[in-house]
Amino acid sequence: MTTTQERAAAPLEDFRRLHPLTPVLRGWRVLAVLFALLLQNSLRSPGALDVLVFLGVGVPVALAYGWLSWRFTRFGVVDGDLTLETGVLFRRSRRVTLARLEAVDVVRPLFARALGLAELRLEVAGAGSTEAALAYLSEPHAHRLRSELLARAAGIDAATPEAPEHVLVRVPLSAVVWSSVLRGPVIAGILWLVLVIAGAMAVGELAALGLVVPLVLGTGGALVTYVMSNFDFTVAESPDGLRLRHGLLETRAQTVAPGRVQAVRVAQPLLWRRRGWVRVDVNVAGYGGGQGSGQSTTLLPVAPRPVALSVLQHVLPGVDIDAVPLAGVPPRARWRAPVQWRQLGVGADERVFVARRGRFFRELMAVPHARTQSVRLTRGPWQRRLGLATVHVDTAAGPVQVEAAHLDATEARQLVEAQARRAQQARAIAVPQRWMTTAQSPPVLEQGQGGRP
Amino acid sequence: MEEAFAPLGENWQPVSPRLRDLRRLLLVAFLVPGALVAVVAVGLGVGWWLGLAVLVVALAVGAWAWWLLERSYRAWGYAERAEDLLVTRGVLIRRLVIVPYGRMQLVDVNAGPLDRRFGIATVQLHTAAAATDATIPGLPPAEAARLRERLAALGEARSAGL
Repeated sequence: MTTTQERAAAPLEDFRRLHPLTPVLRGWRVLAVLFALLLQNSLRSPGALDVLVFLGVGVPVALAYGWLSWRFTRFGVVDGDLTLETGVLFRRSRRVTLARLEAVDVVRPLFARALGLAELRLEVAGAGSTEAALAYLSEPHAHRLRSELLARAAGIDAATPEAPEHVLVRVPLSAVVWSSVLRGPVIAGILWLVLVIAGAMAVGELAALGLVVPLVLGTGGALVTYVMSNFDFTVAESPDGLRLRHGLLETRAQTVAPGRVQAVRVAQPLLWRRRGWVRVDVNVAGYGGGQGSGQSTTLLPVAPRPVALSVLQHVLPGVDIDAVPLAGVPPRARWRAPVQWRQLGVGADERVFVARRGRFFRELMAVPHARTQSVRLTRGPWQRRLGLATVHVDTAAGPVQVEAAHLDATEARQLVEAQARRAQQARAIAVPQRWMTTAQSPPVLEQGQGGRP
Repeated sequence: MEEAFAPLGENWQPVSPRLRDLRRLLLVAFLVPGALVAVVAVGLGVGWWLGLAVLVVALAVGAWAWWLLERSYRAWGYAERAEDLLVTRGVLIRRLVIVPYGRMQLVDVNAGPLDRRFGIATVQLHTAAAATDATIPGLPPAEAARLRERLAALGEARSAGL
């Protein structure tokens, strides 16, 4: 191990290293594998030799590799881009354009927390996975670096101290637990469990209980994961965006800048209705489909509807999605959507496009016109016979897919045209506020410079 | 093309009929050997009367697909407007997509070996949304290159942040 101190105070223009404890955290996985091998081996043929080999060769090799890779990893800001250099044998240098930064997360896995370390994840639009992960930094350093990168991304002085925050919502544990249980799949699982147990008792064949073990493990595991990752979910407001903090063992602190939210969805499962709860999901370009990023596209896992809407006010300033008048679908749509046709609805005001759907699982979705990527109209064979069509408003990847299904075909056609026009106007008047729009032009268009007509 | 998905008044461009020809060639290339094998197998195994029935069915399916390829070719169309590009397609599921030039992230031109043989290429537009489904197959290479250049230039001129 080295005695090099983390040069946190130095300006970012100088290259910096990750925290010197990084190899220990990275190496423990390698050691765990080695240890498992050792255990397996010594069970077969007990002997002190294996232990000696493990301690004498395995541990030093793992530590040496970890130390080397730490030595060869450094990051800094070059010409406004964050540059991350990694790799011992194969050097890799990666540049992240800070002006395109969509979100910054501070993640603290359990073991890192024990050592007071954290991982900083930078999310950039279009990337499937995290664009750049700085693992690991000391916790204060991670937070300082986050505010510094956000400040640079927003175009203000990098030395700006971390913006003060004001807590908007703190989700109580009881709400997280109850909301996780009161969902269709979980209730179905519990019913099934009761049924199988009752059946097994009635027949007297207790071996049948083995059938429910995978179910219990699966559902129970999902419940525990959900509760742990949404534990102490806190939404706070600060000038650089909404700050979300959650997690029991692994904690995560996300910053969602208001202008970077592409679409929102307010959803309400059937069993939450009596309590008036909803959950809010958002599309943020950097998070992509949420692959491997777990809960990171959730803005609020559970909250009373008025609270959720007030939080939405911070994400879509000046928009009240409840105030947008919605038009229903023609009654003949019941032949195509017999259950939910009364709930289907669509509307738009000068800021957002809103669509509603779902009989049991109610969803209300909204896209700001300025965030519309493309507009589509589709019509299947059934819809054709009924004179219906569906309008889709596409946004950057995320859990929210906005569509207004089964509209009257003529109205749908007009709506598509109107929506394309509204989106265009919104783009035209969108003042390039620092956080609201990226200042630079989009990435390379193939041979875009050549043939200007 | 019909009114709702390809309204009159726009300057709708069809795709090249060679797209249809290529797809028909592929249809024949797969259907004929498949049908022959099936007819001979059934004929030898069960009886030639059943083989004949299989042949008739194969012919009917082939004729229907032949006609369907014509319809699907006719369903394709694109129109360049001042601010956006319209693409329409599909027979069973009819689609229309409106892509603003300012939203285009990149433009691809693809042509496989068979496409090149038939003198066609595919232009594909990408936006930040994965759901945007704007692909125009069956363009003559010169038209594909012209469209690409024009879209790229327009996209740059009207580019907007995410």
